[in-house]
Amino acid sequence: MSWLMVSVLIAGAYGFKVLGVFGLAGHRTGRVANRMAALTALIPAALFAALIVVQTLGSDQSISVDARLGGLLASVVAVSRRAPFVVVVVVAMAATATLRAVAG
Amino acid sequence: MLAVAVGIVGVTFGVLADAAGLSLAKVVAMSALVFTGASQFAAVSVIDGGGSGAAAVGSAMLLAARNALYGPVVARGLPRSTAGRLLGAQFVIDETTAMSSVQDNPDDAGDAFWWTGLWLWSFWVIGSVGGALVGSVLGEPETWGLDAAFPAAFVALIMPHLRSSPGRFAALGGAGLAIVAIPFTPAGVPLLVAATAVIPVSIIATRATGNGVRP
Repeated sequence: MSWLMVSVLIAGAYGFKVLGVFGLAGHRTGRVANRMAALTALIPAALFAALIVVQTLGSDQSISVDARLGGLLASVVAVSRRAPFVVVVVVAMAATATLRAVAG
Repeated sequence: MLAVAVGIVGVTFGVLADAAGLSLAKVVAMSALVFTGASQFAAVSVIDGGGSGAAAVGSAMLLAARNALYGPVVARGLPRSTAGRLLGAQFVIDETTAMSSVQDNPDDAGDAFWWTGLWLWSFWVIGSVGGALVGSVLGEPETWGLDAAFPAAFVALIMPHLRSSPGRFAALGGAGLAIVAIPFTPAGVPLLVAATAVIPVSIIATRATGNGVRP
């Protein structure tokens, strides 16, 4: 990730925050504003799900099932038991590393 | 308590950013100046997967857009001056909005906003630096299963968004589109394709309730 891209991200992320604070997003009420709010609220669900899939199954431009899937299942179990964020991550890493060591 | 938890998540970000090849300076720049966790995780995750900088920034921006919706919620606690608002804007994220919104009057809302913002920002930056330093001594990421840390982090992050049925449909649609797009598009692009899943879901949800979905 180049410095140019880091700068673009910094400017963009701050731009959205400023937009909201100065009321440009809030004062425009009505159907358009509601639609935008509905769209934006759903983006994390769609993107996080896509990130999970891509990071677990993707390898370059193909789909491969490997030790990462074991890590994913472990993280789902940890989350369903209300484990804290770091525990979820560490459990997934441990499961994947163990599977790799055993298989490899 | 919240700040310590955020600091630990910051450590995770630092480790993963290091694994994705970001220099310490870039990690600090991102945590201090981008300061919106989900976007940062998404960006380094795309880079780690071999995606282009543009694809990384694209996914991160889509996630950062929701901070624009928080502005009106925290505005009552912010100073009237332009400079004060410009400074406060940097702290407008999920957590500060949540803490500010539960206060009874504008003064308390302002206090909650600034203190939460300052504490979280400090711990987030310190945690990220610590993580990047830890990451640099870890060595080969695969041995530690570090590549499994990315999806696990997103499993934890997605949970609150699955409580509503539009959220669940958006997640299913996003995952489905991503799988279909992997073989046909360069790394990072499947995420942008997946984001389009929110359009039909939000149209249906808006029709069903008449006023859309609240975060």
